Amino acid sequence: MKKLLTVLLGLMMILSLSACKKQEEPQVDPEPAPTDDVVVMNYGEYAAAELGSKVVIEAYVQAAQSYWNGAKLYLQDKDGAYFVYCDGKGEDINLSEEDYGKLVPSVDYSAGWTGLCDGTKVRVEGVKSEWSGEVEIAEATVTILEGEKWVAEAEDVTALLGSDELADHMNKKVKFSGLTVAASKDAEGNDVAFLYNWDGSGAEGSNNDLYFNVTNGEAPFTFVVESYLCYEGSEVYEAVKALNVGDTVDLEGFLYWYNGANPHITSVTVR
Amino acid sequence: MKKKLSCIVSMILICISLCGCHGSKESSLFVLPESFDETKQYEITFWAKNDTNINQVNVYKKAIKDFEEIYPNITVSLKLYTDYSRIYNDVITNISTNTTPNVCITYPDHIATYMTGNDTVVCLDELLTDEDYGLGGSQVRFDSPEKDEVVDEFLNECIIKGKYYALPFMRSTEALYINKTYVDKLGYEIPDVVTWEWIFEVSEAATEKDPDGNYVVNGQKIMIPFIYKSTDNMMISMLKQLNAPYSEEDGTVLIFNDTTKEILYDIAKHTAKGAFSTFKISSYPANFLNAGQCIFAIDSTAGATWMGSKAPLLDIPKDQIVDFETIVRPIPQYDISDIKMISQGPSLCIFNKTDPQEVLASWLFAQYLLTNDVQIAYGMTEGYIPVTQKAHESAEYQDYLNREGEDDNIYYNIKIEASRLLLENTEHTFVTPVFNGSASLRDAAGSLIENTCKSVNRKETIDDAYFDALFEKLTSLYHLDQISAQRTKKDLGPLPPTSVALLGSLGAAWLLIGAYTIISYRKDKGIK
Repeated sequence: MKKLLTVLLGLMMILSLSACKKQEEPQVDPEPAPTDDVVVMNYGEYAAAELGSKVVIEAYVQAAQSYWNGAKLYLQDKDGAYFVYCDGKGEDINLSEEDYGKLVPSVDYSAGWTGLCDGTKVRVEGVKSEWSGEVEIAEATVTILEGEKWVAEAEDVTALLGSDELADHMNKKVKFSGLTVAASKDAEGNDVAFLYNWDGSGAEGSNNDLYFNVTNGEAPFTFVVESYLCYEGSEVYEAVKALNVGDTVDLEGFLYWYNGANPHITSVTVR
Repeated sequence: MKKKLSCIVSMILICISLCGCHGSKESSLFVLPESFDETKQYEITFWAKNDTNINQVNVYKKAIKDFEEIYPNITVSLKLYTDYSRIYNDVITNISTNTTPNVCITYPDHIATYMTGNDTVVCLDELLTDEDYGLGGSQVRFDSPEKDEVVDEFLNECIIKGKYYALPFMRSTEALYINKTYVDKLGYEIPDVVTWEWIFEVSEAATEKDPDGNYVVNGQKIMIPFIYKSTDNMMISMLKQLNAPYSEEDGTVLIFNDTTKEILYDIAKHTAKGAFSTFKISSYPANFLNAGQCIFAIDSTAGATWMGSKAPLLDIPKDQIVDFETIVRPIPQYDISDIKMISQGPSLCIFNKTDPQEVLASWLFAQYLLTNDVQIAYGMTEGYIPVTQKAHESAEYQDYLNREGEDDNIYYNIKIEASRLLLENTEHTFVTPVFNGSASLRDAAGSLIENTCKSVNRKETIDDAYFDALFEKLTSLYHLDQISAQRTKKDLGPLPPTSVALLGSLGAAWLLIGAYTIISYRKDKGIK
């Protein structure tokens, strides 16, 4: 009797364990590969396209903001650069989290995360838009393409600071050489080298954007470490926190636009 | 002996396997301690949202400092956020690791999602009214408001599933900020309450261009007469004003109806004429308003310090600012005799912890944020209003309101007018039902307008077929069909085979355990 009970109990246990087994996920057909009948624009054609028109481009992913915030992408090809915008609610960009993971080095958004990428080629279909001066592709569908990767060299645009010509380089990976860190005013009116958020309303440990002023000897320009691109703890974030007013710096980043040039800085070197 | 051992091992394994089928660890329900233990040190975390406004941060910091002086055994650690969605995302992430903050600024819509965890958010019913530690309680060491001193409408917004799960912290509504100078120039008079018909008529009049392609009203190449910041609020408010369905308290989604279509047709018509746009499509209404490129800007009263040519906060270069007179009005209405405007603003929720004393410490801090000191100070940072009558009626707050226009900073007239708008219309405010998924429905409401405007700009055909397809797309995108499915508790059909196997094996196991115990007992006692 005991033997029988033991065997039965064992069988029951196995049955109950098997019932806990996860259901097989239904098979999902893979995304269809992009068709070849799509007319892909080169950068010149894209630049000439009217705002509000549909555009199709192919370029290389240089950087991406965190996915949960909308996976905004910084793209570039050999002729120009693009910014792909998403509002963070999944509607304005068609890029799965899985595919996004193939573009960025990591999706572990812990301290120090950056979205600097190794140049995967993608096709983007969307609508050319402008928002506060930033020309971007909205409502985008992003498709990863097989083939070579390419990472852009930063172009030195120091001499263009303050000129209208700078806008021609919008969204490109750029560098600024030999600029001087100028003072920002904190809430108490003190001169500081940087602010958490534009007005100092952020704080250490809150992963806020860092704003800092630099000058080429003339008017000061405001640059930003976009915290959705380079998290607190990343090399550039900590480097900006260590800046002092008067430091001479070389900077690298993406030439984002918000009511004027508003570069998203990814590297700072103090001379 | 071996057999007995194997039986015991089998039973243990069954128990383990049963435990393995169980979900995540449950937090215990919060039980209010008889008294607060002031001999122990408590460290609590407060995740706070500000409008990228240093003055608000300073209010938080001062509140923490003052509170810690009153309760030296409580230390409050502040984490600053500037958008609700990020707090929401972080809270969701931290629920799974049991590392939620103690106190958190949030929206009731978000709390409804937090509550899908086991006792994650503390129910405040008992805490609100406890004689010792409730609002105005005898053991509370500061001048806390009584429950009936909190504005009823605002407190009631914190009821979810029939219970209080939040405290209101600040309240705002939406306001219509008008460039009166340009409206005068167009030959219109601004009524006390404007209608949708009126605002679109004036907006279309503002689209007239001169032969050089400049807009007549401002002489510039850019003019977007009417910009709405929050299109989810726009759709929700329009439906409410028309008494049209949006959702029910139980989560039934009703937004996809004929009235919604009519609203969208109207918006499409005015968008096509260049009279209307949105924040998402064009950018911040305040920037266009201040540059003389917009006549009607609808934004939160909590954004009033950015509105107007003398605004204390500016986001565009000063040389782009145009001088004009700014007027504040309620948002446009369909029926000016029955004004309806949304109530919004941050609320506070408290997360459950294993130590009820820690929860009590959190509650005391949350309650401290309702004191006059904090309420009035924060209310002065923007066009927010305090959530207590106690603060409204205080000499300090009345003095603040009466000094409207004394300067363009603390007493900035547009900010105070925006606050007055809500103070004088509290009984005309409304909120939408809160349920798990209500935040998604709100997103879909905004997307209806955004999509329609974008499609108009791209010259797509806007007809019934377009809206049917849009409704279907948004239902799927925001999983609104799943919200309805949760609500209806529909027949899910027969149990799957694995569930039948599980339940059957559980029943059989317990039967066998029982039988074995009885047989063993009878044998031990020598019963045949």
